[in-house]
Amino acid sequence: MEWPGLYNYWIVVFLMMAGLYIVIAQGNLVKKMVGLTVFQASVFIMYITMGKVTGGTAPIIIPGDNIVYANPLPHVLILTAIVVGVSTLALGLALIVRINEAYGSIEEDDIEKEEQSAR
Amino acid sequence: MMPHLPALQIVLPLLAAPVCVLLGHGRFAYGFTLVISWLAFAISVLLLNSVLEGGSISYQLGGWAPPWGIELRVDPVNAYVLMIVSAIGAMVMTYARPSVDREIRAEREYLYYTAHLLCLAGLLGVTITGDAFNIFVFFEISSLASYILISLGSNRRALVAAFNYLVFGTIGATFFLIGVGMLYQMTGTLNLADLAERVPPLTGNRTVQAGFIFMAIGLALKAALFPLHAWLPNAYAYAPSVATAFLAATATKVAIYVLIRIYFTVFGADFSFGVMSLGALLQILAVAAMIVASLIAIFQNDIKRMLAYSSVAQVGYILLGIGFATVTGLTGGLLHLFNHALMKAALFMALGCVFYRMGSVRLEAMAGIGSRMPWTTASFVAGGLSLIGVPMTVGFVSKWYLLLATVDSGSWWIVIFVLASSLLAIIYIWRVVEVAYFSPSPEGAPKGEAPLTMLIPTWMLIVANVYFGIDTRVSVGVATRAAEFLLGGGL
Repeated sequence: MEWPGLYNYWIVVFLMMAGLYIVIAQGNLVKKMVGLTVFQASVFIMYITMGKVTGGTAPIIIPGDNIVYANPLPHVLILTAIVVGVSTLALGLALIVRINEAYGSIEEDDIEKEEQSAR
Repeated sequence: MMPHLPALQIVLPLLAAPVCVLLGHGRFAYGFTLVISWLAFAISVLLLNSVLEGGSISYQLGGWAPPWGIELRVDPVNAYVLMIVSAIGAMVMTYARPSVDREIRAEREYLYYTAHLLCLAGLLGVTITGDAFNIFVFFEISSLASYILISLGSNRRALVAAFNYLVFGTIGATFFLIGVGMLYQMTGTLNLADLAERVPPLTGNRTVQAGFIFMAIGLALKAALFPLHAWLPNAYAYAPSVATAFLAATATKVAIYVLIRIYFTVFGADFSFGVMSLGALLQILAVAAMIVASLIAIFQNDIKRMLAYSSVAQVGYILLGIGFATVTGLTGGLLHLFNHALMKAALFMALGCVFYRMGSVRLEAMAGIGSRMPWTTASFVAGGLSLIGVPMTVGFVSKWYLLLATVDSGSWWIVIFVLASSLLAIIYIWRVVEVAYFSPSPEGAPKGEAPLTMLIPTWMLIVANVYFGIDTRVSVGVATRAAEFLLGGGL
């Protein structure tokens, strides 16, 4: 196996780490959600990668011999996970809207300051 | 009807949720949710009975045979957890009406009940399903609902707490998903029973090992295993009282159940505790949780926050029992799973009664409460005794089994920490007792008990705390069966 061999997995790892880093390092709540979405997207790509069969076709019965089919299950699973990801994103953004109404800011530091002064 | 009980267990609350939205009115929605919660409890009791008598039940959704189709599987372990979750759900709902009225705006009440039903459906689904991917999906159903439950708290910090929980919870669930993907990659199956056959021969494989670690960390986040508990204290402290009582007693328990499933059934005790030497790690983390979280709890002035930190410590006890990977240890862990649900639900419900009258659960607000709300305070003290582990309460029984397991395994040093942590529990419970009984009431403090609909369920749980502390046949019997089942490698 040459070096970049399984380059898809390198992309997955890069996106995963980048996403987690954004979640941890950014103080802006919307940017945190962006990081979370990138992190989840990396997992989607991982599932899709492992479902890929080189030269494989969609799992629909075609007459003829030696037809290679790709496994549809990872794609189906990841469709579900994407729906879950979208709902999490929607709920997170809705919470951010409410936080903005309550604090007048979506920066973690400002919210913390506001709480300290309110105490 | 009877053969479809496993499906009904999740379908009932799941379908009830949209109906609850359509009802759209606080009182109707409440009555409806109450009926559904008790029905779910009845179903889980029937399931537990039939499992204990007739062995595991496998339910094939849509008639597709596993491993191709999705399977619901009920065995002694998860029948036990199902019973805990639905019992707490029913109790908390019985209690909920006045508390929800007080803490949530009238036009949002039906949404609260809907979120409760969805959360219940998700937690039951995680427990009952025999499919690794479905665990993830149901986890997300219950988590999304619990973010909503928490964000409905009356303090604006509830919003921030819910957001932080959302970030942590999503990372945890996604880690679990990565682990499931890696196992699927190596075995080509998602069915837990099938995985249990195909994973053990592959445990030398790097991908399977990585999958194990991803799953373990993801679930540890969900279960608030020290040091991954950062989301828990704020989430519990700022959620509405009813939501805290429900989530504290069920959400982390279900995550721990999945951990047990993964450790013992899918990977097998030999791999988890032998090759990956998880036992030592779990014991160290559990001891750290017991001591550190109890110490932090002592310095909290918000009593809800104090109990939240105590929950982190109690998760430590449960995982300590699991870490021994012996029948006694696992019995102790599972027993504490049940007992902690009982005592934490009772304690948070008592605090809900305090909040109902005082509008605060800070230590200052509780001065002299012993004479103003005698029954509520007495229930708090009784729950506190159970938390400490005084004989004749459930807390004693589970700690007894944990100590037996500790002595059996020869790790004498852990005994000291278990006892020290109990002493710390005495201190933080005593702080409340002292303020409640020995401080004078401030001028013009509100008087009077919480409504009976709140007091009666609280006391029913307190009675259960004492009952299961004296008559241990049911709880210990079932926990032992479950522990033997898990270590027997069966599914």
